[in-house]
Amino acid sequence: MSAQTNGQPHERIGVYVCHCGSNIAGVIDVEEVAQWAADKLGHRGVVIARDYKFMCSSLGQELIERDIVELGLTRVVVAACSPHLHEQTFRTACARAGLNRYLCELVSIREHASWVHTDKRAATEKAKALLAGGVERVAQHAPLEPLRVPIHPATLVVGGGIAGIQAALEIADAGYPVYLVEREPSIGGHMAQFDKTFPTMDCAACILTPRMVSVGTHPNITLLTWSEVTDVKGYVGNFTVTVRRKARYIKTDLCTGCGICQDKCPKKVIDDVFEAGLGYRKAVYTPFPQAVPKYPVIDYDNCIYFQKGTCRACEKLCPTEAIDFEQQDEYLTLDVGNIVLATGFDVMDARRIAQYGYGRLANVFTSLEFERLSNAAGPTNGRIVLRDGVTTPQTVGIIHCVGSRDRNFNNYCSAICCMQSLKFAHLIKERTGATVYNFYIDIRTTAKAYDEFYQHVLEEGTIFVRGRVAEVTDAARLPGEEGKLIIQVEDTLVGRQRRIPVDMVVLSVGLEPRRDSQEVAKLFGISCSANGWIIEKHPKLDPVATMTEGVFVAGCAQGPKDIPSTVAQGAAAAARVLAHIQQKEIALEPIRASVDETKCSGCRICNNLCPFNAITFHEDRMVTEINPALCQGCGTCVAACPAGAISGTVFSNDQVLAQLEGLLLRTVKGMQLEEGVPA
Amino acid sequence: MSANGKPKFAMYWAASCGGCEIAVLNIHEKILDVDANFEIVFWPVAMDTKYKDVEAMPDGAITLTLFNGSIRNTENAEMAHLLRRKSQILVAFGSCACEGCIPGLANLSAPESLFEAVYDSISTENPEGIRPQATWDVPEGELHIPEYYPVLRTLDQIVPVDYYMPGCPPESHQIAAVVDLVIAALQGKAELPPRGSVIGAGSSTVCDECPRARNCKTIKRFERIQLVKHIDPNLCLLEQGIPCNGLATSSGCGALCPRAGAPCIGCYGPAQGVMEYGARLLTAYASVIDANTPEEIERILDTLPDPVGQFYRFSLAKSLLRASKAAWEEEERYAAAHHH
Amino acid sequence: MTGSFEPVIIGFTCNWCSYRAADLAGTAREKYPPNIRLIRLMCSGRLDPSFVLKALASGADGVLITGCHPGECHYLEQNYKALRRFLLLRRTLTQLGIEPGRVKLVWASAAEGHRLAQEITTMVEEVRALGPLNWAQAANGFGPEPVSAPAAAEGGAA
Repeated sequence: MSAQTNGQPHERIGVYVCHCGSNIAGVIDVEEVAQWAADKLGHRGVVIARDYKFMCSSLGQELIERDIVELGLTRVVVAACSPHLHEQTFRTACARAGLNRYLCELVSIREHASWVHTDKRAATEKAKALLAGGVERVAQHAPLEPLRVPIHPATLVVGGGIAGIQAALEIADAGYPVYLVEREPSIGGHMAQFDKTFPTMDCAACILTPRMVSVGTHPNITLLTWSEVTDVKGYVGNFTVTVRRKARYIKTDLCTGCGICQDKCPKKVIDDVFEAGLGYRKAVYTPFPQAVPKYPVIDYDNCIYFQKGTCRACEKLCPTEAIDFEQQDEYLTLDVGNIVLATGFDVMDARRIAQYGYGRLANVFTSLEFERLSNAAGPTNGRIVLRDGVTTPQTVGIIHCVGSRDRNFNNYCSAICCMQSLKFAHLIKERTGATVYNFYIDIRTTAKAYDEFYQHVLEEGTIFVRGRVAEVTDAARLPGEEGKLIIQVEDTLVGRQRRIPVDMVVLSVGLEPRRDSQEVAKLFGISCSANGWIIEKHPKLDPVATMTEGVFVAGCAQGPKDIPSTVAQGAAAAARVLAHIQQKEIALEPIRASVDETKCSGCRICNNLCPFNAITFHEDRMVTEINPALCQGCGTCVAACPAGAISGTVFSNDQVLAQLEGLLLRTVKGMQLEEGVPA
Repeated sequence: MSANGKPKFAMYWAASCGGCEIAVLNIHEKILDVDANFEIVFWPVAMDTKYKDVEAMPDGAITLTLFNGSIRNTENAEMAHLLRRKSQILVAFGSCACEGCIPGLANLSAPESLFEAVYDSISTENPEGIRPQATWDVPEGELHIPEYYPVLRTLDQIVPVDYYMPGCPPESHQIAAVVDLVIAALQGKAELPPRGSVIGAGSSTVCDECPRARNCKTIKRFERIQLVKHIDPNLCLLEQGIPCNGLATSSGCGALCPRAGAPCIGCYGPAQGVMEYGARLLTAYASVIDANTPEEIERILDTLPDPVGQFYRFSLAKSLLRASKAAWEEEERYAAAHHH
Repeated sequence: MTGSFEPVIIGFTCNWCSYRAADLAGTAREKYPPNIRLIRLMCSGRLDPSFVLKALASGADGVLITGCHPGECHYLEQNYKALRRFLLLRRTLTQLGIEPGRVKLVWASAAEGHRLAQEITTMVEEVRALGPLNWAQAANGFGPEPVSAPAAAEGGAA
């Protein structure tokens, strides 16, 4: 555990204590700390100890660089702010002066001392201990080089909604191949279900379908719809992905998309995906007329031929003989360098909120159902009518925050429901002239042109009631309530309970992660938060990256957001991917574990400790091996190995234990440096 | 070098069971090689050499001393210091000298509770509650017996040690190999490893020598071996819920116990370069417990009722904490009283 | 246990959550007692029980282990391993007579700077009430200076 292990008899350590203006020096006597290091840590190799006002400034860095060259420093310790701020700064400074960047250690005496303690004497003594920890530790550091791995130029985009479409187009337009995998028969995602989009009231299909067509015809995009990713192996730059192409039972090289099979199919099925349960499709179907690709699929569970052995009308009538009942699922193996997850969202199941009556009271609709109602290509051709399909409502209640901002269901805000509710109010007014009530808690119209839209809706005469709706009921009690749905709510602005009879209720249900988000996360080696949204690398500074290098996220899969933000994230993810591809290789931090095979006994304790599949067991040699490119450097296996056969860089046992000894003001050889501890 | 030109050899037992002596004899006819190549000058089990004979030797006169047993009392300590002075090569021989072994488990208790168990037990006739005394007046004068240290120590915790031979006892084939190595080194035909090395052991752990099949490990509960209805003779014992220490124990013994159907109890000590034996078992077992909530984990841990016994059976005296709080408190009082 | 006893507590933090929580406590100027000294690990799963034992054996009066909340580990599920090791370690330490209050496990997300500061403050007072651990102070009273065997075995004399 001594400096001898690095082959040098003694390290030459430079110590730099930063004032950080008065941030540190206002509490800690930095000159005293530097002097103490020079006096007391000489036997550990400290040859110079300086204090300076701003170590991260160019002058501060030059101090270090000059000392490295002139004094032949072999290690550097800076006592200043958090490594999360300036570890790279000082490492780079050392590298400029010819010292390996991993021979530099940054000790935090600001966030962990001067900013959190009031007793100046105690803080100064603690700073000495923290510094001693850093000095002891750095003596155990070894020079390291980042790992360089090549980047395959192909990209996998998972999810063909607007986020995935945006990402795929940007990467493909830049000249690189993209595989776009989509679970449904067509791309388009939830946006294809919408009627108009806020705040501009563009028709969703008008702005989406041109993009969809670009994807479908792009020479660089391989579109794999009615497909799912079943396996992902590998690491950034070198992923091997298995995709299951489900059988469409249609030969796509022969199908012309004429639609005769759909027309003539005798089996009607309630379409609870695209039509949100409000309309029908056939057993052989394309989800909507503008579907990309245009090829239909046969729904095995509802096809009369597959279930009972009869019919086959589509086969008889297809002019190009494109129906193929014998078709099998196909498995593809794809090599890609980067992955973008754009798997979108599901809406909350409104039946969970029993008091709103969805599923029990006929004229309570969810937002997605309403989108289909108002869509001109929807089951009612755009007429906003009640469940009977005929009656136009005279009054409508729109409830915000259904299952959002609610500890009983989802504790977060779903971001889009206020604007969506305002949009509904506007459309209902425009199409039916009905009286519209919006029941809200807050109005969240933060983005560009949103609040102006809200003001417009106000001017149109929609009535806003501030209160969380307690109940939607059909139990009439007062005159005028017979045959209506009554909304029971506390109007908090007037401080009274109100019962408001309406013909139709629209629930702005919250957005939720996809039901299978946890499985998807496991498949791609990333994590979801407890409620299921994919976790980004940093919520502010890195929102489209995940903790797993090479896997990016875009759109609602990361959290509820509107279309502008979704498109921005799709583009941002594409930019990150393109940056990787352009550089042709990527440098990874060399924090890795490795197995000493002479010590490994093949006990296999470590084998199921790695969530990144970096650990493999070789049956032939009865030893375990760790793949350095897959290893994320968590160190769990290092700590678990009973034989001490696994070691980790940058956080080795020697380094941590040396730091521990220093913190307790003792040297590595166990000699007491200073009796007692601060205050 | 003795008068007949042969290097001197000594073997001493401190707080031990005598098993190490038997292990040496178990090298069978190889003992004749020992006799042929060494002059055995001090071996209390076999010879009548007195302590004062050893004291009379020049320092460094003994080429090789195998010291087994741990340091329990002042006599053990004095002999350790004496033999260190008189020996060129001092080997901590066997688990007691290396790690404390079974006597080290006494470190779990303060001396008084141990003495109570010995001298006041239901099967002991001791109506006056007599305890051993270091000095005692008798008509003939003052009697002295060695004093009991509250905390038991390993050999290297009181004198520098040149080599360590682990095992309880060291396996005879390993002893034979070491004998051959030392003889060859003395004849200039081989190099001894660097001072401070472990000799007579392997470079991995017992799993390396164990023939049982092993898979990924998850522990749903620990079993007491005598309650397991059917033990698969070909499958890793730990995977069958039977606590086996082989994964942290140095190889070299040939995995005798698992081969015979018994779990390894860890007598060969830690793998090379490991900081503390018990912690390695603790972390390995814990890491693969098949539960994620505190309640479920505690339920599984309840099936391993004596972690210290399982993890530190042989190595407690050499562990990082070395003894229980109660034993250390007694040790502090002892040290203060004796101005050490 | 007079008023002048100042415990020394070693804290292990994980790079992604609890270390950042400590940083956040700093940027938010939360105040807590100076008795704790933090060591950064990449993950609470890196925590080797030897580290805790070494800390206690080397003069620490208490050890605080921190990491991401279960389900939020940056490395997906490694904090569960830390939890399992901690629970078994606690039982082992209890058998050796070390009070459970001296080794504590606290989950803290990167946003919980205030909470971490509170946990540290609580722990300092709890350990202060337990008194100094002073482990193995008597160990150095015997014979010549114990020598750690170099090269081969790290586990030399304490």
